[in-house]
Amino acid sequence: MNAIPNAATPLAGRRRVRLRSFSWSRVMAVMVKETIQMRRDRLTFAMIIGVPILQLVLFGFAINTDPKRLPTAVIIADNGPVGRAIVTGMQVSDYFAVAPEPMGEAAARQMLARGDLNYIVTIPVGFERKLVRHERPQLLVEADATDPAATANALGSLNEIVRSAISHETTGPLASLSPGGLPVDVIVHRLYNPEGITAYNIVPGLLGTILTMTTILMTALALTREVERGTIENLMAMPARPYEIMIGKIVPYIGFGFVQVAVILVAAAVLFAVPMKGPMWLLLTVTLLFIAANVTLGYTFSTIARNQMQAMQMTFFFFLPSILLSGFMFPFRGMPDWAQVIGQVIPLTHYLRVVRGVMLKGGGVPEVANNVWPLLVFWAAVAGIALVRYRRTLD
Amino acid sequence: MNGEPIIEISGLTKAFSGKTVVDHVDMTVSRGEIVGFLGPNGSGKTTTIRMICGLLKPDSGDGTCLGYDIRTEADRIKLEVGYMTQRFSFYEDLTIRENLDFVARLYGLTPRGDYVDSTLGQLGLTNRRNQLAGTLSGGWKQRLALAACVMHKPQLLLLDEPTAGVDPKARREFWDEIHELAGNGLTVLVSTHYMDEAERCHRIVYIAYGQVVARGTVPEVIADSGLHTFVVKGQSGAALARRLRERPGVDQVASFGNDLHVVGTDERLLEQAVREVIAGTGARAEPDETSLEDVFIRLMGQTADNFDGNGGTEARP
Repeated sequence: MNAIPNAATPLAGRRRVRLRSFSWSRVMAVMVKETIQMRRDRLTFAMIIGVPILQLVLFGFAINTDPKRLPTAVIIADNGPVGRAIVTGMQVSDYFAVAPEPMGEAAARQMLARGDLNYIVTIPVGFERKLVRHERPQLLVEADATDPAATANALGSLNEIVRSAISHETTGPLASLSPGGLPVDVIVHRLYNPEGITAYNIVPGLLGTILTMTTILMTALALTREVERGTIENLMAMPARPYEIMIGKIVPYIGFGFVQVAVILVAAAVLFAVPMKGPMWLLLTVTLLFIAANVTLGYTFSTIARNQMQAMQMTFFFFLPSILLSGFMFPFRGMPDWAQVIGQVIPLTHYLRVVRGVMLKGGGVPEVANNVWPLLVFWAAVAGIALVRYRRTLD
Repeated sequence: MNGEPIIEISGLTKAFSGKTVVDHVDMTVSRGEIVGFLGPNGSGKTTTIRMICGLLKPDSGDGTCLGYDIRTEADRIKLEVGYMTQRFSFYEDLTIRENLDFVARLYGLTPRGDYVDSTLGQLGLTNRRNQLAGTLSGGWKQRLALAACVMHKPQLLLLDEPTAGVDPKARREFWDEIHELAGNGLTVLVSTHYMDEAERCHRIVYIAYGQVVARGTVPEVIADSGLHTFVVKGQSGAALARRLRERPGVDQVASFGNDLHVVGTDERLLEQAVREVIAGTGARAEPDETSLEDVFIRLMGQTADNFDGNGGTEARP
């Protein structure tokens, strides 16, 4: 106390302080403070490093706007050399990954409906014979055209593949077949979206994307808001159990998600005339599961994040691969295997298949079942993490 | 005062990242008592209260609250304790009524409307029931918080600095309310910085650096301190205070307006020092009662010395 210096300088004798309109020192003060705060916030710092790396890897390696090796089944009813050459040509072209096992027509069609196949190529009975007789045999290609972008290039390359396969096999006595035009008719059936309307693909996809973004974000803020405002201490001191709080916080956002679903489905029907071929109840049931998985993930984020800013960053960090790797923006089958594996974990991937399957392909329970259980597993896993992460005490 | 024990803790210890915040604290609070929990900032009051109501797990030591084990029966304790946090922690974007309604639902109070209405009435909040909690002044927020934590008729009230930032009138009303509640059998443990509030408690427990350093009624604590006080009136400027501090036998000198309170343990030495310093200055000195504040400042100083001596990391000159 007695160390206080004698600060009382008479006012009259005081040097007048210069009032500067700009001071580097003041700018520096703010800059230094800001840098320190940024460095203290570990998660933000990790994002600054992580987001560019994630983007680079995803855009650079995983995304392929010219998808190759799309799964294809060939139904060979006429096992001649030209037919085999065409199959080999397709494989060599890299656009088609032809299933090694020959497969029945019914099985192949079911796989196409489930989205496990992109193409079925049928070489009909008597193909070879008709070819030799100059009768222009038909080669039938059925394509899953729900995503027009995924099929365009592959189909475009098909004529060239067939031409070169035939010219290879028709040397010697059959050489007269190859010159000029193609001696076969390549018939392409664009299934589920014959006119290749992009909106048919995008609008159902947006349903999943919008739900992912909004529901995760809303719930991610739910608990961090309590932490940030200090209300969590009160909440913990009162007799509510973690799962009660979790359910109570999640259910309203599920309702919120369904309002969005209603808006998007009405817009899809009215503005974009997207067909609704399958059962509505099935779509809504899977949607409930999808929203539940998302809000639970959001809640899990909010048990980990320490403030709302971090919760938003985590949401964004999850959202980015969701739109890039789920098959929403780019064809799923066109991605390298490792990216497809990551994509399989993302709920949006499975939900998109269900939405497209039900709305565009008219799929029922058997067609979508394969994409329902991954959603269930995901949901159970994140709910488990949330309950473990939720701290019962302030420790 | 000798009712059944409501809080009984012994050897309660808690460390955060290696720093011991609460160090072997023992405490007993009986039914109907109002016990003041005092100590400087960061002395471990909040941590102790949080351990009592199960919000923190003690590192060692154990205890019961309302007969329930504080380690394993936190869920039961929560049902019968009202805990008012230091920082206002109700929802600022809900109205008073909505906040109380939320609390009533959490405790499963039925009929809910009756509970909420009578609580609003009791605390004089009826007219403001539809006001957003965030727009309330400090005093009204505090009333709301109190209302919310007594609504479920708890057996024990834990109040963590309930009157910080509240004006004197609201504070007095608050304390009248607390005495009213205690008269009906509610037990209260209240932490505070204010000495006048300590004097309104039946008993006080003083904690510094995580250790209990004094306990008892206010006169007991003052008597136990063995301190003596002289008040110097008149010519008592900063220079006089400085000179007094340098004298042996003088432990503390504090200014109160134009008066100086001079405190020491040795009455004879203290009187001698005061008389010599004021001689010829025109100031007058007379013995006075030692205040609780003087005792606490003394206790804080002592514990700080012990604390540093026991392996504290601060460099000593």
